[in-house]
Amino acid sequence: MAIPLAYNLRNLTVRKTTTIMTALGIALTVSVLVAVLALVNGLRTAFETAANPLNILVMRKGANAELTGGLARSVFEDLKSKPGIARAADGHPLASLELVTVINLPSVQNPEGTNVTVRGLTEVGLELREHVKIAEGRWFRAGRREVVVGKSVAKRFPDAQIGRKLRFGKGEWDVVGAMDAGQSATNSEIFCDLNQMSGDFNRFDGLSSALVRVPDAVSVDALINSINDDQRLNATARTEQQYMDSQTNSAAPIQYLGVFVSIIMAVGSSFAAMNTMYAAVARRAKEVGTLRVLGFSRGSILTSFFFESLLLSLLGGVLGCLLVLPLNNVTTGLMTFSTFSEIAFNFRVGPEAMAIGVAFALVMGAIGGLFPARMAAKKEILVALRDI
Amino acid sequence: MTETVIQTRDLTKEFIRDEFHVVALKDANLEVRKGEFVALMGPSGSGKSTLLHLIAAMDRPTDGEILVLGENLRSLSDRAIARWRNEHIGFVFQSFNLIPVLTAIENVELPLKLTALKKKERMEHAATALKLVGLGDRLGHLPRQLSGGQEQRVAIARAIVTDPDLILADEPTGNLDAQSAQEILTLLGRLNKEFGKTILLVTHDPHAARFASRIRHLEKGELLPEGQVPADYTVAPM
Repeated sequence: MAIPLAYNLRNLTVRKTTTIMTALGIALTVSVLVAVLALVNGLRTAFETAANPLNILVMRKGANAELTGGLARSVFEDLKSKPGIARAADGHPLASLELVTVINLPSVQNPEGTNVTVRGLTEVGLELREHVKIAEGRWFRAGRREVVVGKSVAKRFPDAQIGRKLRFGKGEWDVVGAMDAGQSATNSEIFCDLNQMSGDFNRFDGLSSALVRVPDAVSVDALINSINDDQRLNATARTEQQYMDSQTNSAAPIQYLGVFVSIIMAVGSSFAAMNTMYAAVARRAKEVGTLRVLGFSRGSILTSFFFESLLLSLLGGVLGCLLVLPLNNVTTGLMTFSTFSEIAFNFRVGPEAMAIGVAFALVMGAIGGLFPARMAAKKEILVALRDI
Repeated sequence: MTETVIQTRDLTKEFIRDEFHVVALKDANLEVRKGEFVALMGPSGSGKSTLLHLIAAMDRPTDGEILVLGENLRSLSDRAIARWRNEHIGFVFQSFNLIPVLTAIENVELPLKLTALKKKERMEHAATALKLVGLGDRLGHLPRQLSGGQEQRVAIARAIVTDPDLILADEPTGNLDAQSAQEILTLLGRLNKEFGKTILLVTHDPHAARFASRIRHLEKGELLPEGQVPADYTVAPM
């Protein structure tokens, strides 16, 4: 049987200051990692919740982003007559031709202006986005210079308020409504009438993308293959989900940088844990000798000190998670390179991110504790007993 | 009462310290029988603690044979020695060596953690041992809340809780005042007489040695023949 856990727990409590300082070092490292994970998690949620699994996004062949999609109206006409596209109750195909561009709006944080995505679409486009609800005001009307802003846009841009006007394209647009798209990235967009917008931007034929709906999950692959194989269309189709996943990759540089910084910090934290544990072994050498005389094996000593280091790092891990917890649901914005506009989303400090944080802390504790524990276990009894 | 508990034959311990060859113990021949209370006496550096450590398998001899409870300790592995020590030896240190963060009863329970006893049984055994040494009312006290004499009594309770065959005490009164020392020696005497425990006591205090049934003297690493004392040995009046 092992040396009692109370022995380790109480030793950590006895040297409170050292324990707290070491745990805080580990906590800061964990908090950086968990914050980055929460950011990526939030961005992923924003894109994932924007996607409907039955929606298929079609763009010009070779295009990777809607902004550079370039889909011609004639292609859309051919596309919407394709078999396999779901139809509404009145028989019209659930296919939406859309134009996406970026405008510059001054925000509270950035008075010089920040890029915001504007999407021109028809009523079918709204039908295909069940997650988007009008929260205030009303939807824009066809043929009018009216816009509906996402709730994040309304929150961050002073001009994007109902009753006010936005200036883009060939003139001013009335803000007539604010939409709520749950947690999704659509909150960071501005919706307006497709034809009005294409006129303003002189893009009567070169539009961005088409969103089409299939009736059921089994038809998804068939329609994608059919579109991709159709030489006339010269288009690429993928599920809306796949497209949104690729958008999440825009957070990859931040994720890599965050993980890199965390690893650098972890090296320091591991050394701090190691230093603390070496001091503990040195201070308790006589106890090590006594435990050995009582019959505890070298293995028990090693396990005990190693476990103490893990406990110390666990405390750091939990503290780190607690430090980041207030960030949960805090809204932040991130410029994505695929849309060249700012996406607003909430930090999501979920159980998975916290579990990774705690596991990371335990790895630090394991690295920091192994060598001191080994040193304690290797001590000869008489040497240990004579150490002060 | 003729069973041999300790038998050493030409036991020698040498080591190198600061480039000097030191003979800590030379050709020691000692026999201790079951139920005996033997005191090993000698001044500092005479080799008495070295002999005790060899008997407790805390150190390995350079030469000679050592049989403790019929076991040839030189042939046992590190792990086997640890288990053997837990089962058969109770050790009392000069500076008590209690674990400061554990209470008296938890300190006494420690050696029982290596047995198959359940938690409740372990606590019962530990409480009994503490009552036996007169500390039944100090079970939940931390070492720092006890006097030196009480700490040593906890250490004795820890040494006897596994019901060992042999108790080894290394200057157990060295850090105590006269009254506490007297209590500890009386307690060891009781364990020997009432419970038949074999005790090997290392001391340089002639008064402490008087509690033993037999005294063996060491001088400059040599265990003197039975009955022989060093030339400059004088017994202080009690």
